[in-house]
Amino acid sequence: MLKFPIYLDYSATTPVDPRVAQAMIPWLTEQFGNPASRSHAYGWEAEKAVEDAREQVAALVNADPKEIVWTSGATESNNLAIKGAAQFYKGKGKHIITLKTEHKAVLDTFRELERHGFEATYLDVQEDGLINMEAFRNALRPDTILVSVMFVNNEIGVIQPIAEIGEICREKGITFHVDAAQATGKVDIDLSQLKVDLMSFSAHKTYGPKGIGALYVRRKPRARLEAQMHGGGHERGLRSGTLATHQIVGMGEAFRIAREEMKIENDRVRKLRDRLLKGLQDIEATYVNGDMEHRVPHNLNISFAYVEGESLIMAIKDVAVSSGSACTSASLEPSYVLRALGRNDELAHSSIRFTIGRFTTEEEVDYTIDLLHKKIGKLRELSPLWEMVQEGVDLDSVQWAAH
Amino acid sequence: MAYSEKVLDHYENPRNVGGFAKEDEGVGTGMVGAPACGDVMKLQIKVGKDGVIEDAKFKTYGCGSAIASSSLVTEWVKGKTVEQALEIKNTQIAEELALPPVKIHCSILAEDAIKAAVADYKKKHVA
Ligand SMILES: Cc1ncc(COP(=O)(O)O)c(C=O)c1O
Ligand code: FES
Repeated sequence: MLKFPIYLDYSATTPVDPRVAQAMIPWLTEQFGNPASRSHAYGWEAEKAVEDAREQVAALVNADPKEIVWTSGATESNNLAIKGAAQFYKGKGKHIITLKTEHKAVLDTFRELERHGFEATYLDVQEDGLINMEAFRNALRPDTILVSVMFVNNEIGVIQPIAEIGEICREKGITFHVDAAQATGKVDIDLSQLKVDLMSFSAHKTYGPKGIGALYVRRKPRARLEAQMHGGGHERGLRSGTLATHQIVGMGEAFRIAREEMKIENDRVRKLRDRLLKGLQDIEATYVNGDMEHRVPHNLNISFAYVEGESLIMAIKDVAVSSGSACTSASLEPSYVLRALGRNDELAHSSIRFTIGRFTTEEEVDYTIDLLHKKIGKLRELSPLWEMVQEGVDLDSVQWAAH
Repeated sequence: MAYSEKVLDHYENPRNVGGFAKEDEGVGTGMVGAPACGDVMKLQIKVGKDGVIEDAKFKTYGCGSAIASSSLVTEWVKGKTVEQALEIKNTQIAEELALPPVKIHCSILAEDAIKAAVADYKKKHVA
């Protein structure tokens, strides 16, 4: 039995795995102590739970538990890492580098630093969504203090060459931050090998609860940063605030499950994604956005030419997906990520991001393929652009009466 | 975003989809919008010898509200003279479809499409 709408938006957020929810409950009602309470058993047991979870998170990325700092999510981790490192090293230089396709939590933090006197470079990406290593090397300056590059892009799922970038940054003594919110449970992350100084994580993209995340802060060689949240000195002074035991336990359990099951899960999810791709590629004039090889197994981002994004979303309301068009937000801005790939506005507008996950079934994928065939056919019958293309008109040669 | 029932109705069952031969004497064609803006509307009217619009057809590339707006105006212009058709205002369209403020531009586009179709028709008939 299919349940509607079919959820294919696992990169926006995931359901909490039932095992995770179970693990969290006692920490809300029974074992509710403050992990910072040193004088009684309520505090001690909470502290132990927090430390066990820290080990589980560290284990997924092959780090030392002492290198994990709890935060409220990847947005906060990105803020802490980028502002914290920039402020610590501002005496050394003021140049910082990132990509145009980063999440807003990175881009907006960079903008904020620019308002405080830092100079930022926002690198273009290649047509396939990957960083251009030569452009990156050329952008480095003697006063570059920080580089921030995401592990996995949230819209198109491409995996950036983190190891390679890390080598360069380490050699030049530049702090390297990686937003890995979309990477956990999807790609192998080995921080004993990767030359990454700071890495952001979020629980809710990996079947954990919302509102909890972590920042990896390397110990050897030590990554330095200034705290952004001041108070009781929790998390070795890097992030004050009473720890949310139940959330932390949830993140720990979610990351434990990810570590144990990711291989099997990714194989299954990849098969479903490839099935979806095959089914949709039958439709004329479709374009996959982003490299297919250096890509997480659960993401498919595809543009359907000559149909508009929002009407497409409306037509396929039986499936919950994300659109590359921000038409609904009144800004009429197509996705800045797709634009950075050099996609024209029209194709950016008509793109759909499908992200498959732990609870997706083959039946759901088949239903989605069938639905898209029908609805795209219908919308194209309605589309003056499709009609013109069928008549052999080159749309680029038309003088549009823009409004 | 939540759509009104009327928008959904026009969107699910668009009226008068299609087109007429552009060259026909009595046909006026209006094409407004641009692919880069996310909306293009093509509205055609077929005008009788008496100056009354006998039929109208549309095709729209755009959001649900844009599709509904153009579907609605094909119904509204029928039976009107071209001058009467020019009196249709975007506010009437927006009101009929209960469009939220962010969707007003879709109704403006529909009004513009009528104007463009009438202008094209008139151009053929000046001489
Ligand atoms: C790449 C990336 N970074 C950061 C975030 C923000 O994460 P959080 O919701 O945990 O603040 C997201 C989620 O939208 C993301 O996809
Ligand atoms: S066509 Fe984009 S909002 Fe109506």
